[in-house]
Amino acid sequence: MKCARIFGMGFLLAVTLACLLAPFVAPSYAHQFRDEPDAAPSRQHLLGTDDLGRDRFARVLYGTRVSLLLAPAAALLSSLLAVLIGGTAGFLGGWVERVVMAATDLFLSLPWLFLLITVRALLPLNVSPITSVAITFALLGCLGWAAAARVVCADARTLASSDFILLARASGSSGFRLLWKQVVPNLRPIVFAQFWISIPVFILTEANLGVLGLGVAEPLPSWGSLLRELQSYSAITGQPWQFVPLILFVAVVSCFHLALLEQESPA
Amino acid sequence: MSRKFAVHILAILALLSLLASAQSNRQLRFCLHSDPKTFNPLLAEEDSSETIRYLTGGVLMRLNRLTQELEPELATAWKVSDGGKTITFKLRSGFSFSDGTPFTADDVAYTIQQMMDPNLHSPTGDAFRSGDGKVQTRVFDAERLSVTFPAPIAGLDKLFDQVAIMSAKSPKKEMAVLGPYAVAEYKAGNYVLLEKNTNYWRHDSAGRQLPYIHSVRLDIQSNRDNEMLKLVHGEIDFINSLDAEYYDKLMQQNPALVHDSGVSLDSEQMWFNQVPTAPLPDYKKAWFHSTAFRRAVSEAINREDLARVAFRGHAHPAYGPFSPANKFWFNARLQLHPFDQKSAMTRLTQDGFHKQDGVLKDRDGHAVEFSIITNAGNKYRERMAAMIQQDLSGIGIKLNVVTLDFPSLIERITRNFDYEACLLGLINNDLDPNSSQMNVWMSSGENHQWNPNQKTPATSWEAEIDQLMHEQATNLDPRKRKAAFDRVQEIAWEQEPFIYLVNRNALAAVSPNAKNVHPVVLRPQVYWNIDEISIGNEVARNR
Repeated sequence: MKCARIFGMGFLLAVTLACLLAPFVAPSYAHQFRDEPDAAPSRQHLLGTDDLGRDRFARVLYGTRVSLLLAPAAALLSSLLAVLIGGTAGFLGGWVERVVMAATDLFLSLPWLFLLITVRALLPLNVSPITSVAITFALLGCLGWAAAARVVCADARTLASSDFILLARASGSSGFRLLWKQVVPNLRPIVFAQFWISIPVFILTEANLGVLGLGVAEPLPSWGSLLRELQSYSAITGQPWQFVPLILFVAVVSCFHLALLEQESPA
Repeated sequence: MSRKFAVHILAILALLSLLASAQSNRQLRFCLHSDPKTFNPLLAEEDSSETIRYLTGGVLMRLNRLTQELEPELATAWKVSDGGKTITFKLRSGFSFSDGTPFTADDVAYTIQQMMDPNLHSPTGDAFRSGDGKVQTRVFDAERLSVTFPAPIAGLDKLFDQVAIMSAKSPKKEMAVLGPYAVAEYKAGNYVLLEKNTNYWRHDSAGRQLPYIHSVRLDIQSNRDNEMLKLVHGEIDFINSLDAEYYDKLMQQNPALVHDSGVSLDSEQMWFNQVPTAPLPDYKKAWFHSTAFRRAVSEAINREDLARVAFRGHAHPAYGPFSPANKFWFNARLQLHPFDQKSAMTRLTQDGFHKQDGVLKDRDGHAVEFSIITNAGNKYRERMAAMIQQDLSGIGIKLNVVTLDFPSLIERITRNFDYEACLLGLINNDLDPNSSQMNVWMSSGENHQWNPNQKTPATSWEAEIDQLMHEQATNLDPRKRKAAFDRVQEIAWEQEPFIYLVNRNALAAVSPNAKNVHPVVLRPQVYWNIDEISIGNEVARNR
């Protein structure tokens, strides 16, 4: 398991370094080499070029930068909201839990697609691509807490009635201190799980939001926009190098998992 | 005993296979991309309903999609008179609707009255609404009638290509048809089955009744990938309109399947918002109103690259409102807009713009930056927008590409006018500018996108276009009409309220099993001669 952890951390380090060094190791992600659209991998273009002749390697590196920073940030935001809302409701129980969970169910049932369309309509047209993608991930973070909150609430409820909490209460601990010192640390495994589940979900949601005009704007790439290129059968057949963003996406998420799961379970 | 049994089984299997093969040879299959919204030919306005109308409807005259000439169908002769207000038809006789109801001039009169009924809101009838007042139909006998419209309609006879004649007396109403096929079965979301109309009037040169194919099955399939796979596996016989990517993919697999008929009538264009009340800063409005600015932007865009890269070479740089595919109406004197960024900069400099640190600025020092909206999900437009973004950066303009869902985009370009530039396309089905271009070029038109619904023309060149469009719409002399519309195309070229970018090619895929198929650029590209198409050696076998 230690080897797996070292491998995971090494891979993540390599990816992070490659992203940081992108300006030095790859050409511009935006420049269109129009005489070479859909080119196969070569010395000039390690992963070939996309349909406009843009260097795919550069786009993968810059896209990884964007998604690797913003998707975990959005997942962190939604996980924190889930802990705050679900954890408190589960810990307090009674009518507080019923009211909060009813509100959570209502939140889950709302058609968020329309909200996102409205947000796009309200946004000014002349926003920079990075602002657009940051707004998208912030929205995802704010909207993605509800399902996680339900899971966290159930776990907090179980913890609240456990023996060690009873013991803590008996020794005088109560209120926020009890929640913060005893309950929240024990919610960590479930919160981590929700966090890791959220990252790929947010990345794929960002890809789908592109259809509504939200998300990454040209010419900035993201994993979402790179994965969107795989939607068409005709685009991917015969060009296996197009799967690199997908493989990288799966590998990065798995390596995060490997690296942090080890930390979670004491040897 | 067991050998005999095996021989019998084999013989039965062979017979069944033969029967199945004979059955499949009698059926043509292709895909609709959505359920037809109506079977009433007068209400057809989306692709699926129009396909059903084309396959089942009998029309008085039909535009030959290959020659672009009008040919007699149910009417053997016609004459336009009274300054373009009246058309008199001589009809074929001695045949009936698919349900056996005889065809007479009363049916034509009934169809016209239905079509012009304001309560029906027939999209087909819109093209005939020339002025206030009622349409008069006069039936002389079973084979002759005249129709008088309240005001002259230029190109009146060509409009009848879209008018499928309905029966005035049949209890089956719109399901009684005069075209080559009749609707036999419809399973929503699954398929529409058309069976041969045994009362169809047309025969081939050998005297055999058309159509050759006994039935047409229209599978409802919205997914283009699945449609292509169906074609590759032989489950359908053609794809009427193919994307460039699919074309190239099929070209690699089986070059015999694909057809590039050349440049079509469809255009892709961008325009700047010139609506006076638009919520834009005044300095931006001034840029967009400037002809020099528009022409400079046009010259800074590499249209050859757009056609070659965004459309994989299956498009051509556009000249103006009509492509060379419109043989009569295209103005052959127009030149392609050059890709010349030096000339673009010269124009901008003369108009008070200057470049500072690689950024274009206007005379008041505002950096030239604007956004272009297009519909999300359309990969060709998204590609074009990204390419235009790079091209314009060459003259120091920062372009922000914004993709919007279609309803939001329509809201912006038609209601609140909260946008700066827009990139969209126009699907053009009509050759005659009177039916397809009036609403675009008249300053009062709804589709006069850069500044729609004007009470009086905002500029002198728009006033001139209004006058020329009126002239071509009311004059019956084709040469004078052509001269007027040629001038409209020249003004459009000079002023560039629409910056025409490319015209797509008409791409299709046809199974080699389908015979006598000649894909063309006009819709419906593949099956325009449906009654003459056969499958395999069907014609020979049946003769």
